Amino acid sequence: MKLLNVSGSPHVHSDESTKRIMWRVNLALVPSLIVAIAFFGINALLIAVVSVASCVLFQWLIEKCIMKTKSAVCDGSAIVTGLLLAFNVPATREMIWLVAIGALVAIGIGKMSFGGLGKNPFNPALVGRVFMLISFPVQMTTWPKPGDNLFSMSVDATTGATPLGMFKEGGVSATGDVMQYFIGHMGGSMGEVSALAILIGALYLMWRKIISWHIPVSFIGTAFVFAGILWLCDKGGNMDPLSTILTGGIMLGACFMATDMVTSPMTKTGQLIFGIGCGLLTIIIRKWGQYPEGVSFAILLMNSVTPLLNRWCKPKRFAN
Amino acid sequence: MKTFAMGGVHPEENKISTTAVIEEFPLPETAVILMNQHLGAPATPCVAKGDTVKVGQLIGKAEAFMCANVHSPFSGTVQKIDTCKDAFGLAKPAIYIKVEGDEWEESIDRSPDIKRECDLEPKQIVDKLKEMGVVGLGGATFPTHIKYSIAPDKKAEYLIINAVECEPYLTSDHRVMMEHAEEICIGVSILRKALGVPNAYIGIENNKPEPIAVMKAMAAKFQGIIVEPLKVKYPQGAEKQLINAITGRRVPSGKLPIDVGCVVSNVGTAYAVYEAIQKNKPLMENILTVTGKKLDKQHNYHVRFGTTYNDIIAHSMGSLPETTGKVISGGPMMGKAVSNLDAPTTKGASSVLVIDESEATRAEESNCIRCGKCMHACPMGLEPYLFSSLVKNGRIEEAGAHNILDCIECGCCFFSCPANKPLLDEIRLGKNLYRGILMAKKK
Repeated sequence: MKLLNVSGSPHVHSDESTKRIMWRVNLALVPSLIVAIAFFGINALLIAVVSVASCVLFQWLIEKCIMKTKSAVCDGSAIVTGLLLAFNVPATREMIWLVAIGALVAIGIGKMSFGGLGKNPFNPALVGRVFMLISFPVQMTTWPKPGDNLFSMSVDATTGATPLGMFKEGGVSATGDVMQYFIGHMGGSMGEVSALAILIGALYLMWRKIISWHIPVSFIGTAFVFAGILWLCDKGGNMDPLSTILTGGIMLGACFMATDMVTSPMTKTGQLIFGIGCGLLTIIIRKWGQYPEGVSFAILLMNSVTPLLNRWCKPKRFAN
Repeated sequence: MKTFAMGGVHPEENKISTTAVIEEFPLPETAVILMNQHLGAPATPCVAKGDTVKVGQLIGKAEAFMCANVHSPFSGTVQKIDTCKDAFGLAKPAIYIKVEGDEWEESIDRSPDIKRECDLEPKQIVDKLKEMGVVGLGGATFPTHIKYSIAPDKKAEYLIINAVECEPYLTSDHRVMMEHAEEICIGVSILRKALGVPNAYIGIENNKPEPIAVMKAMAAKFQGIIVEPLKVKYPQGAEKQLINAITGRRVPSGKLPIDVGCVVSNVGTAYAVYEAIQKNKPLMENILTVTGKKLDKQHNYHVRFGTTYNDIIAHSMGSLPETTGKVISGGPMMGKAVSNLDAPTTKGASSVLVIDESEATRAEESNCIRCGKCMHACPMGLEPYLFSSLVKNGRIEEAGAHNILDCIECGCCFFSCPANKPLLDEIRLGKNLYRGILMAKKK
């Protein structure tokens, strides 16, 4: 006689799964990847391929050889990390191999050392990026100019500065063409340049209810307001707020990095505080810090506050 | 359109048996009548081996406060008084009856005429409900006479009739509304009289347009019955959520609906009340949905309690489909998996739901990714992910401090978890352990 299953209720499950969430995030990153390849040519594609392949390989090796568990690479989260790490580096020839080192740190230290997906306190891709920024300061701040020909096959590119870098150096009024910034035709890390492509991906994730508006809006909004106040106080010494949010990594950070489920708070209130903190820290670092860009540090710092925010910001109880 | 304040999910509805007209289920050869088919203490058998019993005869007497009378749904001879394992494998006191003919007590009015007038006083209504062994048919089987005996310091303001049927698959409430709308409205009027409240609200989810239309048309002929269509969202049929949807009130933690002036009864109970009060018919049968995606034919049956699950399966589908993975009594969200098909049905049964093996096994569990879906799905505003880790680490009192006892076990958390964590299993464990701690502290 066939045995019946007698597990507890509920007996049905939604079609939600970690795997589906991660693959949808990957899909949301595709527009930015296409723009990166369009503007930075074959280098961008190669960096993305190497980064993703290294992340997947390192995770698989660590799971097989060190943790000796069943591999979870199929869930697609290593690919998310790989893509985000690639998005956070400049599309130069050196990066094609350097990014593999970043991938090792991102996956090895940022993710697997804590026990894998879901256990990491910090966004793995940002851990990898910050490691690279500190270890390879020159290569990480050598920015290729976006090509005039789309989808260039050449690995060599002329280099230039990012709008933020130019501004930090002083002298140059960085208020460039806002429309160019929005589309992404400027120097910068390969995935961060196009606000348009990022917004397409972010809207898709919101439609799929994988992210909510709270973190992106509070992050970008705070940065905009704070930068606006500074700009109104001193128009010569500060970048205008619209250029501030369109240049550098604010868009990429606010939409794809700060919204990482694992490392951001769960309640809406917590997410708003988290976003505001990210926005404030970003502008503080940009204005008074050593680096021209502060998004990575801001998000990592706020990641460290996430457990506290989860503890303080409780959902509203029904029976209260 | 009204609904409850927070959380909730929308499982696939799968109401595939809505058009199956209620059929009389044939009498079995033998039947086993459990003595506790209700919440509370078991009834005491008041017949002996060898006695002949009639349909509707009292065979189990309620002696404790929290108890309900049990009547024989069959005529025949008492074979033995013993224990019997219920559908979930727990041994319970039971009376075994060899079914002979179908001879009813004379007091029961079996005519098809609808009796509309009721001149009983509220107290008499409650006493008669007690005599007839009526219990809530929404699943919890709370004795109805206790619910309608309002303590002197409490006051009922709303009578709410639960016809939400938010569980997927189930259609017994749907069918009873389609076929017995007038009896239900009479039953509701009787309950309204028993409570002395001006209005009764019948909450029906908006995915049942036909019952809404039928009930609205019928309610218009009665005084003080208001049909309230509700937005489709699970668990709207949970008592606290339904009260919130209809009145906007919230039952505080650890309190009962009556503390916010509400009394909630299932629509099936209203029908049973009509039969008990107007027709002198004790609660002996229920409407059961027999359904499943792989079944050739879907059914809704009038089944007398004591008929076994195997009888129902044999009559409705011959045998279980080859690929059956699970048989559930109740809906797929809150129902219980049946482990013993030889067990008799009871007052609490509302369905025999056959789930295919492709849907019967849980997917593999993975790490929590802190997506917060469980928290946003929780209709009580709790943090299921937190309970899960606290309970696993033995931090039961902390779970208690985070109000684990507020959990209504609706299953929304587990349903929506992308990591397939068995959140509700862990919460149930935590609730039981925490209740144990509270009891130990009291002593």
